[in-house]
Amino acid sequence: MEYAAPRSLDEAIGLLSQVGVDARPMAGGTDLLVQLRTGTRRPKLLVDLKQIPGLCGIDCGSQGFRIGAAVSGAEIGECLPLREAWPGVVEATELIGSTQIQGRASLGGNLCNASPAADSVPALIAAGAVCTVIGPGGRREVPVEEVVRGPGETTLSEAEIVVDFRLPQPQEGTGDAYQRMIPRTEMDIAIVGAGVSLRLAESGECLACRVALGAVAARPIRVDAAAEALIDRRPDAAALGELAAQASAAADPIDDKRGTRAYRSRVAGVLARRAAEMALRRAGPRRVAGSPAS
Amino acid sequence: MTQKTRDDQTLKWVGTRPIRPDGVEKVTGRARYGADFARPDMLWAKVLRSPHAHARIRSIDVREALALDGVKAIVTGDDLPEIASEQAFVGEEPTDYRMMSQNVLARGKVGYVGHAIAAVAATTSAVAEEALGLIEVDYEILPHVLDAVSAIAPDAPLVHDDLCDRKGEKKAPSNIANEVEMGHGDPEAAFASADFVIDRSFTTQAVHQGYIEPHACLAEAGPDGQVTIWCSSQGQFMIRGYTAKLLGLDLAQVRVVPAEIGGGFGGKTTVYLEPLAVALSQRSGRPVKMVMSREEVFRATGPASASRIRVKIGATRAGNFVAGEAWLDYEAGAFPGSSVAAGSMTIFAPYAFEHARSHGRDILVNKPKSAAYRAPGAPMAAFAVESVVDDLARQLEIDPIDLRLQNAAQEGVQSSFGPRYKRIGFVETLEAAQAHPHYDAPLKANQGRGVAAGMWFNAGLQSSAAVMVNADGSISVISGNPDIGGSRASLAMMAAEEFGIAYEKVGVRIGDTASVGYNDVTGGSRVTLATGKMVVEASRQVIAQLCERAAKVWDVDVERVQWADGKATVPDDDTIKPLGLAEIATGAGRTGGPIQASASGSVRGVGMSFAVHLCDVEVDPETGKVDVIRYTAFQDAGRAIHPSYVEGQIQGGAVQGIGWALNEAYVFDESGRLENPGFLDYRMPVASDLPMIDAVIIEVANPDHPYGVRGVGEAPIVPPIPAVANAVRAATGVRFSDLPLSPPRVLDALDPAS
Repeated sequence: MEYAAPRSLDEAIGLLSQVGVDARPMAGGTDLLVQLRTGTRRPKLLVDLKQIPGLCGIDCGSQGFRIGAAVSGAEIGECLPLREAWPGVVEATELIGSTQIQGRASLGGNLCNASPAADSVPALIAAGAVCTVIGPGGRREVPVEEVVRGPGETTLSEAEIVVDFRLPQPQEGTGDAYQRMIPRTEMDIAIVGAGVSLRLAESGECLACRVALGAVAARPIRVDAAAEALIDRRPDAAALGELAAQASAAADPIDDKRGTRAYRSRVAGVLARRAAEMALRRAGPRRVAGSPAS
Repeated sequence: MTQKTRDDQTLKWVGTRPIRPDGVEKVTGRARYGADFARPDMLWAKVLRSPHAHARIRSIDVREALALDGVKAIVTGDDLPEIASEQAFVGEEPTDYRMMSQNVLARGKVGYVGHAIAAVAATTSAVAEEALGLIEVDYEILPHVLDAVSAIAPDAPLVHDDLCDRKGEKKAPSNIANEVEMGHGDPEAAFASADFVIDRSFTTQAVHQGYIEPHACLAEAGPDGQVTIWCSSQGQFMIRGYTAKLLGLDLAQVRVVPAEIGGGFGGKTTVYLEPLAVALSQRSGRPVKMVMSREEVFRATGPASASRIRVKIGATRAGNFVAGEAWLDYEAGAFPGSSVAAGSMTIFAPYAFEHARSHGRDILVNKPKSAAYRAPGAPMAAFAVESVVDDLARQLEIDPIDLRLQNAAQEGVQSSFGPRYKRIGFVETLEAAQAHPHYDAPLKANQGRGVAAGMWFNAGLQSSAAVMVNADGSISVISGNPDIGGSRASLAMMAAEEFGIAYEKVGVRIGDTASVGYNDVTGGSRVTLATGKMVVEASRQVIAQLCERAAKVWDVDVERVQWADGKATVPDDDTIKPLGLAEIATGAGRTGGPIQASASGSVRGVGMSFAVHLCDVEVDPETGKVDVIRYTAFQDAGRAIHPSYVEGQIQGGAVQGIGWALNEAYVFDESGRLENPGFLDYRMPVASDLPMIDAVIIEVANPDHPYGVRGVGEAPIVPPIPAVANAVRAATGVRFSDLPLSPPRVLDALDPAS
């Protein structure tokens, strides 16, 4: 196996195009290295993306945030403006792996590993994140929910890579949250994950809402029926109950060693409701839209 | 020597907390574990394992693999000697050498997915791995059985075609490899006189010991037939004995050098790799190293048995236990030898029953051979019996600790497994739990408190130790037991106490099989107790010699010489200046030569241990997740030589038991393949899952040990499962009878509507 650490996007895409299916891009590598060890993947070329400037760093501006696809969870956790603006995205990212894993694990890797249970993905979908994809055919913008096709499979073409994620500055009254069920407290894979982002009017009515679930289908899913339970309504117990019921109904999970189908469906509703409650608390007292902080 | 128990006032070291001698090496990563050894020209070996749960091996073709560049030797079952059936009991579970040999390398049949079929030694592990893929095995797949209920059905496939009950009472072969029965009185008749009878059945799943260090060894067979093995295990003498037996070698030909051990918990009291590494070294003429992957550890090394246990207890309205009866079925795996006998012995052990009986069956299934796991057999039995005792307390409306106190075993009571109890500390341990602030602390909504008790025998077995005086007056102690829980420290402390010198002046080394007398395994919570007793005995012999040497120097009658505070003195003549240890040691060449002694024995006078645990849980009613929020473990340690390491044992046992209760379980698919052979999906607790485990040491001295020691390592894993289950019962109102108490199971029971 060969290893390359290109310094530019052009160089990376060139290498990936040359070698084709036997090449594998690597961001943090926290999933990929395990797959190499167990023999689930045997690439001929590893293309390490961490030396490419466009995939590193977080930009915070009045228009919103640009998060490099190879930025580590630890860096994301330390970015106060991002934490202030999108706490649900940050808390989901911080749930990936352990403290050691957080030093490497990235949003790009978490998305492109294409696990139905990836923690950051439902939170990114709920927040409306869009990623920039660049490949031999040029650049395109893709909503996060359109990247994963199924377990281990993405919609990216050969030699395409995710370069960054973009999130807007949240409008006034916005709150987001992510909830995960694992039988332990860490070092585990989500049995269910639920991300919710919503926006409240001054009247307390819910103006907008997005709900996404992980680990209950072949890929992370956006559940509009659950979101509609809150939109244009006061988010009272009845509305939240409806959101939970819709989330459970939308879940189409498998029975496996990590949890039963019935359990996952049921808990999907519970976690969606809990995430919505947390998002409501965060949206509640109006916050000044995050300004670039030191 | 007199075996008096020293009282607290005279003790300088016992009961203090000095730094362990092996601590710096371990925290700096310098300590050498099983996989840390290498020799020039060393080969790497890998094992080909069965993909089938049950199959006949028609043929094995290794020709292509042998022809691969870099492959130096291959062994299959045909290369190991045929061994006659012979019972052994060196570890903590009964075993048969013939079966052990078949488990190490399959003959004729494979009994579980992961069963070893062949081993390949090559110049690199990648070549060895590649060669495994070139071995052709022709299997005839047979129907398999995966649980005890199916295994005893009349038409069940036989795991062994020709295995009958050991007692030979059954004529036809069956999957019941052994049956045990014990007890006294007539429970069946006595139940009629009880006001309340509770009769309930429980199941537990197979769980792994979960040691962090996978099995690893390096073996070198010389052209002269001499064999050296470097490996991590719970007993270098056990490795030597089993390897020599399985390969037909003389014990004197084999030397085993113990590595540090990264956890064993009973699971390293047998051999898997060592006979293969030696056989490959014999064939290749080169040293051979083997290291298991975590997946191999899960698929092929012993778990603790899955079990089905029915318990029936009758009590009077006043809360006196009238009779108890229990039926225990433990899965042995593909070879006989589960811990069902110990489970049957411990199940009623904490209580005084007029009528008690237990019936145990050792049942063969197509799963990995079970192995000892910390208090083998007892935690599952305690889950069953302590759940029933908890239900009785509710039904009788008696405080659960009062009910246990009312029926507690104590000195003179006839135990359910035979002997009458000597001095034990169960009552004191229960009283300490009842008096602790934890017992009355307030609880919030969805929280509950559980209490449970447990007992472990502890073992004496055979031990040896050597004690040497060095020329500078320092003392070298050689033990023959791998140090798992801090035994170097406790042995050094007892030696320092005997000699009246500083702890730092005692060096403890773990000797190889050629440098100290025979020792049984580090198991049965026996090392501080039994090997400690031999260290004390050898130290006292050395002190007698030191007094003789001083008497010679002074030319006085040795009877007038006394040893105190590291010096020989003549109390009745203050004109004679005391002689210190260093002075006598320096002059030893003129008074008779080196001073040393060794002691060996079959150690008796084991003090049994009792433990009582308090557990608070909070149950999430919407997800079924159980969080342990407070935990206090009480245990009679006899006397804690080094309290930190006693606390460490108590905490470790409690944590393993909590994991067993909540989430740990082997998950097999229908074909008998383990679906969770790794720590991601075999869910042991992580540190953040648990609160601080408070350990409370009770000291009811063991009258048969010079320092009052009882074993401490195993009793703390006995009560946790029922402590957690009883707490969940208190929090939810639901009695759980099946492990693990995982979120799906709990949620399903709380609200079955889904």
